[in-house]
Amino acid sequence: MTRMDFEVVVLAGGASSNLSPLVSQELPKALLPVANRPVLSYVLELLEGSNLKDLIVVVEGEDAAQLVGGWISGAYADRLHVEVAAVPEGVGTAGALRSISSYLTANDVLIVSGDLVTDVPPGAIAATHRRHGAVVTTLLCSSPVSGPSDSGTSGGKEKAKKPVRHNIIGLDPTRQYLLHMATGAEVEKDIRLQKRILQAVGQMEIRADLMDAHLYAFKRTVLQDILDQKDKFQSIRQDILPYLIRTQLSSEVSGNGLVSSESGSNKSAVQDELRWLSQHREIAPSTFQDSQPLSLKSQRDDQRSHKCCVYIANESKYCARLNSIQAFSDINRDVIGEASHLSGYSFSAQNNIIHPSAELGSKTTVGPQCMLAEGSKLGDKCSVKRSVIGRHCRIGSNVKIVNSVVMNHVTIDDGCSIQGSVICSNVQLQERVVLKDCQVICHFFSVLYNLPTSWYGRKKCL
Amino acid sequence: MEPRRPPRTVSDPKVRQVGFVTPAAAPPARTVSDTAAMPAAGASQELPLSGSSLSPVMIPPPRHDGLSARVTAPVPVPIAATALRLDNLQIRVGSYNQSEVLLGTPPMTSPSSRVEDAVSEFSDDVSASSLYGRTEPDKVGTAFPGRSGDLMPAKSVVAGGSIGGSHTPENPPTTSLVVKTLPGITEKKRGMLEKQHDEAAAPKPLKEKTTKAERRALQEAQRAAKSAAKEGGGADPTNTKKDKVVKPTPQKKDVPEVAASSGKKVDRPLEKERKKEVLPLRMQFDDKHKVEKVKQRAIVNQREAKSRVEFFQRLPQYVHGTQLQELEAKFFQLDAVHPSVYKVGLHHLSGKITGGNARCIAMLLAFKEAIKDYSTPPEKALVRDLNAKISGFVSFLIECRPLSISMGNAIKFLKNRIAKLPLSMSELDAKASIQSDIDRFINQKIIIADKVIVRHAFAKIRDGDVLLTYGLSSVVEMILVYAHEHKKKFRIVIVDSRPKHEGQILLRRLVAKGLNCTYTHINAISYIMHEVTRVFLGAASVLSNGTVYSRVGTACVAMVAKAYRVPVLICCEAYKFHERVQLDSICFNELGDPDAILKVPTHVESYLYGCMDNDNLQLLNLNYDATPSDYVSMIITDYGMLPPTSVPVIMREYDPQNLWI
Repeated sequence: MTRMDFEVVVLAGGASSNLSPLVSQELPKALLPVANRPVLSYVLELLEGSNLKDLIVVVEGEDAAQLVGGWISGAYADRLHVEVAAVPEGVGTAGALRSISSYLTANDVLIVSGDLVTDVPPGAIAATHRRHGAVVTTLLCSSPVSGPSDSGTSGGKEKAKKPVRHNIIGLDPTRQYLLHMATGAEVEKDIRLQKRILQAVGQMEIRADLMDAHLYAFKRTVLQDILDQKDKFQSIRQDILPYLIRTQLSSEVSGNGLVSSESGSNKSAVQDELRWLSQHREIAPSTFQDSQPLSLKSQRDDQRSHKCCVYIANESKYCARLNSIQAFSDINRDVIGEASHLSGYSFSAQNNIIHPSAELGSKTTVGPQCMLAEGSKLGDKCSVKRSVIGRHCRIGSNVKIVNSVVMNHVTIDDGCSIQGSVICSNVQLQERVVLKDCQVICHFFSVLYNLPTSWYGRKKCL
Repeated sequence: MEPRRPPRTVSDPKVRQVGFVTPAAAPPARTVSDTAAMPAAGASQELPLSGSSLSPVMIPPPRHDGLSARVTAPVPVPIAATALRLDNLQIRVGSYNQSEVLLGTPPMTSPSSRVEDAVSEFSDDVSASSLYGRTEPDKVGTAFPGRSGDLMPAKSVVAGGSIGGSHTPENPPTTSLVVKTLPGITEKKRGMLEKQHDEAAAPKPLKEKTTKAERRALQEAQRAAKSAAKEGGGADPTNTKKDKVVKPTPQKKDVPEVAASSGKKVDRPLEKERKKEVLPLRMQFDDKHKVEKVKQRAIVNQREAKSRVEFFQRLPQYVHGTQLQELEAKFFQLDAVHPSVYKVGLHHLSGKITGGNARCIAMLLAFKEAIKDYSTPPEKALVRDLNAKISGFVSFLIECRPLSISMGNAIKFLKNRIAKLPLSMSELDAKASIQSDIDRFINQKIIIADKVIVRHAFAKIRDGDVLLTYGLSSVVEMILVYAHEHKKKFRIVIVDSRPKHEGQILLRRLVAKGLNCTYTHINAISYIMHEVTRVFLGAASVLSNGTVYSRVGTACVAMVAKAYRVPVLICCEAYKFHERVQLDSICFNELGDPDAILKVPTHVESYLYGCMDNDNLQLLNLNYDATPSDYVSMIITDYGMLPPTSVPVIMREYDPQNLWI
């Protein structure tokens, strides 16, 4: 039997377009290093910490699936029981689920996005889901403050250009039920609310400071029904969730259908329970007081066919998704910074992690919230602040690295200055390169010549 | 100490009321024939139920009614103290008549003499013992171990009466001995009787009982010593209970010597056994060591409530605010807890399921589900393993919210059923049998019981009545709706209280059904009581001294009703009865969310905003209270309508544990 009657599906994605310069055929999104660990490991370890050891990991693309599968079997061979499923690219999250939905058997399914970095216990969402008997429960967390919080220079220009991704989320006054959800582009238009829902609830709290963390608990039968019936649904967030929210009050996804689709032995038990409860409810309705404000207001108790619930993560919990380049550097910074407990490393007294095999030249300073992985060499008079440096990097003297991520096997020559940038594996930077807010991804050209100083915003592959 | 004893027992009317006699209603001389012929539930409907007089329809025990009437009526009671003992003992006498039948004594010929003898026997015994206790304290303690062993049970019966059912399981062996010896000694004189009785009682229990009794004596003695030491400083009014245990032990002064001389020898080797035998006391939450221990076992670490009210420190403190989150976070870590049990636990914790019946049903259904998914691990017996498993579930549920008495009774029933399963039964059959037991329990003890109660109560509603109810009781709601459907013309006053406002739920439902309702808060109870003709109240439990344990505020309503001479009818299913005796609502209660009472609906901020951290502020939100039986006119159960004094009878005769065996 699955644990607590929950099955876990990790949607590890494939080559995400949002992260297009960083991810590639060789490096699928799931394996992007965050503090020198693939981002997927954060999810897997979170689940492992919650005692969830039977997982299904869905990856888009055969190649990516092989890479991810290879990594998982290497890293978690004896700890987790993971099945990696490959789905064709571009099917979307709903499509990915559709292709594996026939394997699901448990009562509820926990769907986790593979790019989630959080310490919110998944059990909390699952328990909330169970407690409410909801059809879907989603984890909401406060949206991250985008951009490097302390490097003031990167400032507003860039952000102003980029449309700020706002989530508009409508909650009932008790903050338990999800009544409206609009994300991204939809927000540009007017917000449309269903009159019926408003009438039923009476009062709706609209929040823009919350973000959907892409951690969902679904009732399996409902999910499968939707996947079967609605062929066109592509994405969980854009199609399935809005659909469920929209139909909360109507009986399109009827409760009756759920009972009838319960299989085998489960069926009789559920009906049995219903029989007793209804028998008692019939004669003693007050023993089953509905604490739901919806039904209190709407007078018709059974009007609400299913419930969409939310679990709002505590402010103190860290929760972020690696869905943009900005988020990538933010998360990298946070994981060795404020959310350091997530990284799984032990920090030194200077609040940084320097692998014993890393070599530091004289007068080189490594500030707090830094990470130097094994085998890296730093020359003299270097300065590293709030940055992650990967394995076997060779860094010359007089190099300044601030707020950046340097992946594995990078060579940086003397006198470089790197700020707020991401430098991918196997890149070679020659002398006196100055990078600011760049992503340098270079698998083919291994040498980067003397780039002119100052501004190089969004420099992509050379 | 000594001189204070008799007045106390005299002044305590609740203790003396145990039995069939209500001051107003019970006919003095009841014959066996008129009551024994009455069948259980169905027949009571046919009886003339005169609406106003509220004559109790009692379902008497098959045979002992006459007995008990005689016991109480004709025998002149010499001292108040012995009267107390008599009344307590009388139950035992009745309950062991069944064993006499087995012994083959003719039931119809002997009773009168036998009972009289028994009575005199007891009174003699008791008075003798107290005499011994007063005059020859040293002898009792040291010279006659058999005697002291004999004496203690009599005392412990008193303790059992006043303290609670927890003592009673130990009494029967000795009392039954007394009864068994009786038939043989009916012709003999009383002087002889006493001797014989002592002889009869002494050797037999020596095998196992005297040691037990001795141990008990020692225990009691030590306790007495302790309290004696305490009382040197001055009697504390708060620990009246302890005093009561001690009071009946007359040999207070010699006690330390006993403990000193023989105590140490006997005590040591029996330490283990004694530990086993020590009654499982309720967890005291002000005992730091124990709390620590429990915390280690607990699934989540419970944070202390900030300000505890001194009187209630020993009760489990309310920790809802943090507990829900922590339990939820641990969702996947709880291996032992079945998902359905977990769900029910969370519902209890979050208040989604409230009310004794609903909680009990939900729990039982969850257990049923868990049992269905259960499979015996290899090399383990289903009986043992399943019981352990259920215990695990129960401790989880307790962690969510303290169990209601109804749930406790249901668990006891379930465990009993599991334990009684024959070992040879296959796992499949065993599981099926338990599941059907659970179904039957729900059906018979709750659903059908409710229907029967509704029928009974319906007979008490007349046209033009003004019925008052308090809070939200499922049975009362059913009664009101049923009466309305049967075209009774009546009006309802729903009394409610903060902070739960459960009455509003009832109000909404009743108004929706077209009933004529008045809604008020408990503050106005004395004004509204003028017009009320009946008070219907629900109960979480009815205790064996007739005390009604119910939602806080019930006692207040009942007392005001009594003051206005309005009959108070308590509607309670018999499965909620509990053998415990409770005299106040302090000794056992459940603490609610202390913050809930702070919220004032019209003000956004509490008046107390900002002084929550003040050490001088202690918040108390009790969930239950105890209504003394004096304020209860009648208890309507599925076995009929009874005066509160008859609760022990129902518990004895219709104990759910024995019902289907």
